[in-house]
Amino acid sequence: MAIAEWRQQLVSGEMSARELTDQHLARIAAVEPSLNAYLEVTADRARADADRIDQARSAGEDLPPLAGVPLAIKDNLCTKGVPTTCASRMLAGFVPPYESTVTGRLWDAGAVLLGKTNLDEFAMGGSTETSAFGPTANPWNVDHVPGGSSGGSAAALAAGACMASLGSDTGGSIRQPASFCGVVGLKPTYGRISRYGLVAFASSLDQVGPFSSSVADTAALLQVMAGYDPRDSTSLKVPVPDYSADLEKPIKGLRVGLVRECFEQDGLSAEVKASVLAAAEQLQALGAELVDVSCPRFTDGIATYYVIAPSEASANLARYDGVKYGFRAEDADSLAAMTSRSRAEGFGSEVQRRILIGTYALSAGYVDAYYKKAQQVRTLIRRDFDAAYQTVDVLLTPTAPTTSFRNGAHADDPLAMYLADLLTIPANLAGLPAISVPCGFDSAGLPIGLQLIGNVLEESRLLQVAHQYEQSAQVMATSPQGALIPA
Amino acid sequence: MPAPAAKDQAWEAVIGLETHVQLGTDSKIFTAASTTFGDEPNTHIDPVVCGLPGTLPVLNQKVLEYAVKAAMALNLNIAEHSKFDRKQYFYPDLPKNYQISQYDEPIAEEGWIEVEVAEKGKDSYLKTIGIERLHMEEDAGKLVHAGSDRLAGSTHSLVDYNRAGVALAEIVSKPDLRTGREAAEYASEIRRIMRYLGVSDGNMQEGSLRCDVNISVRRGPDAPFGTKVEIKNMNSFSAIQKACDYEIQRQIKAYESGEAIIQETRLWDEGKQLTKSMRSKEGASDYRYFPDPDLGPIEVSVDQREAWRAELPELPAAKRHRYSDDLGLSQYDARVLTDERPMADYYEAVVGAGADAKLAANWISGDIAAHVNSNRLNYSELPFRPEQLAEMVQLIDGGKISGKIAKEILPELLEKGGSPQAIVDERGLGMISDPAAITAIVDELLEAHPAEVEAFRGGKKKLQGFFVGQLMKKTGGKADPKLANQILSQKLKG
Repeated sequence: MAIAEWRQQLVSGEMSARELTDQHLARIAAVEPSLNAYLEVTADRARADADRIDQARSAGEDLPPLAGVPLAIKDNLCTKGVPTTCASRMLAGFVPPYESTVTGRLWDAGAVLLGKTNLDEFAMGGSTETSAFGPTANPWNVDHVPGGSSGGSAAALAAGACMASLGSDTGGSIRQPASFCGVVGLKPTYGRISRYGLVAFASSLDQVGPFSSSVADTAALLQVMAGYDPRDSTSLKVPVPDYSADLEKPIKGLRVGLVRECFEQDGLSAEVKASVLAAAEQLQALGAELVDVSCPRFTDGIATYYVIAPSEASANLARYDGVKYGFRAEDADSLAAMTSRSRAEGFGSEVQRRILIGTYALSAGYVDAYYKKAQQVRTLIRRDFDAAYQTVDVLLTPTAPTTSFRNGAHADDPLAMYLADLLTIPANLAGLPAISVPCGFDSAGLPIGLQLIGNVLEESRLLQVAHQYEQSAQVMATSPQGALIPA
Repeated sequence: MPAPAAKDQAWEAVIGLETHVQLGTDSKIFTAASTTFGDEPNTHIDPVVCGLPGTLPVLNQKVLEYAVKAAMALNLNIAEHSKFDRKQYFYPDLPKNYQISQYDEPIAEEGWIEVEVAEKGKDSYLKTIGIERLHMEEDAGKLVHAGSDRLAGSTHSLVDYNRAGVALAEIVSKPDLRTGREAAEYASEIRRIMRYLGVSDGNMQEGSLRCDVNISVRRGPDAPFGTKVEIKNMNSFSAIQKACDYEIQRQIKAYESGEAIIQETRLWDEGKQLTKSMRSKEGASDYRYFPDPDLGPIEVSVDQREAWRAELPELPAAKRHRYSDDLGLSQYDARVLTDERPMADYYEAVVGAGADAKLAANWISGDIAAHVNSNRLNYSELPFRPEQLAEMVQLIDGGKISGKIAKEILPELLEKGGSPQAIVDERGLGMISDPAAITAIVDELLEAHPAEVEAFRGGKKKLQGFFVGQLMKKTGGKADPKLANQILSQKLKG
């Protein structure tokens, strides 16, 4: 059900918030044994919050914009009084004494917390397999991964186990699972949404964003989530536009750039390529002009990313030392042993790998060759985008080179896993907004997503193009069946 | 590297100081938690101070203002753009296991201060000390080792984050200092400047001003630098001086007996009055600095900078020059009066109200300072207002009262304030300056002490003092001393 439709039902009294929440809690109970999307279900709180909305409605009070909307939150966003683990043994049992700004805005807008969702440990991964609490299944095929790192939020939504959800995207962690699970996922402009309370992975790349079943829902969520936060120095002090205002505007004459390098990439599945090109034709049919664009540095993004992100992560994760909170190794005989053993036992192998890479890249003698060089390439990637936006309004690429892969397919090959982020990383490096929208299915019945990348703060335009495409293509209307997809 | 052995040259020490000044803002550098000192452990903390997951630093604008003002007072160039970096090392007093500091683009670089080096029994001299840089950073918390009164033998350690995140300005001098005395004077001038600006209380006991010394010796000013040793743990200026002097002698002795100096950190032991090795510093630590992505660039516009500059007070060095050049004070008096700004302000108000600069200086640095210090008072709250002191000084200067009378009425004035003129009038304390009146009293005295008169005339000239004493006793100290001496001398001659 779309958010707008739900609101109508709530306002008219057709359905209560409590009924909607109970439906979702029941769905969670039904799918979780095979899905494992949730790390924590906050059923009591959800029912109490829903009851309050119903009381407000009965009392004739004004209902806030997301009244009663049941949400799932990625477990790297701090929720006051609710465990926040980052799917890591290191933070098992950690209960934040404060609320992240973005979730606080959602609760103020009447949304209801269903629970916290699974992710790759500390958001490091592309399959949700590095979670310390077990992998999440893809609702379309439970033998396949939901993508990652926000796999729990994407899978829960696709399985009907929430109305919308939140993820975080450092190199594609919203868009890639959105693509793998057949939902809409938006990574806004860097700084558009406060990072206060988002457990940092790579601070200069991290951005929170919504998953939803439709572009219109995405606009409604972004409306509440976006805005300046004095507690985040990197949040942008610019007004928030009405994100729903332009959705219905035709896209005639709009220039859509197809990034040549993305379509020529080795490893791009033929089915994915064909589906995204078909979507491009659909846009053309809607009046958009297709433009062939070259961003020569686009594919350098991955090498750049895997220096910058681990470097920042190595510092961001230094605080987990067993001293103040979270996991502490038993019986260490010295301070150094307590710290190193807590970290060796508390972090999983992918997190440790990235900490080591980052520590190495920042070390004296290497920092120029790696970290500083990567920052220079990052600037060049940004310039490629700047040049492209001289001639086009939005850029179009596949979201991921393939559809969802089987569980364990890349278990012994981290590099193959990293390549899954190839097409999503450049938007993070350049701080640009990007959205993944379902555009078809492969022959195995797994969803395919297209990615639209906009210029800085042009979320409205992205949403407009995505909505126009979604409404005309009606991809999900003719979807194949999936194991845990609601009928 | 051993110091070169040009044996004909005298040894010279090369000293540089790193000074950490706690900036006295009410809240911490990156969050609103309080900076109050001395409260129960972990009462001034919040999620940001503790580095809880997901928290972010936001620069306290007052810290930036204080740092820029401090830097301008040290004649440093203020960067229009600078940044914060993360300095990474693991230690439990550092909640994030990195310190937010400034590495290669500090807020200010290239400055200097003028220091007056005064030592008992020696002529004082002025010296310009270069300053490399000033940067902002956050302080760490404190470890408390429990189960024993020292680290060795303690069973566990506790951590107090009250101090974590308190704003620091680190001021790095150039290696321009040559003696322990110079080092102590430099540190004390830094403290004086910070206190004048009101950006720090400079309290060394509470740790709001901390100095680390880097020190080496070499054979003469043209020789290359010797191996540098760092000294920590000095909590007074005299400790800085003594630690430097001790270390200079230790290094010279080592070289002269053919031993090497190793690069290390040494601690000043105040009890034993010596430095002892804490840890060797083989190669620099790798702090893996990189720009903090949570904090944007630090921008100080020219307008902002100049607005802050306009708020700077007259600084101690400028005051010292003005006091000796324009007011004619001795260097010593100028130094004493300018040591603390409230005293200088008081002094200037007294002079401004018309008192003679030198007389006012004597009164303030003498009796008034003694009263203020022993009673721990503030000049601004002293009941004896500057214009009242000026009035008293003018009474003395104009021959209306004697210094002795002034001293007599001073305790009451210090306690309650009031008009010295009114007190003098009311109690008839004005000076007797009528020669006839004094002559009459002198005649009486001589008549009453014939033996002494005879002895005087027989050569015991010292007895003049006896007669002066008697005269003052008789007049209640009100006789004009100059006139009285004159008349006495005349009459005693016979």
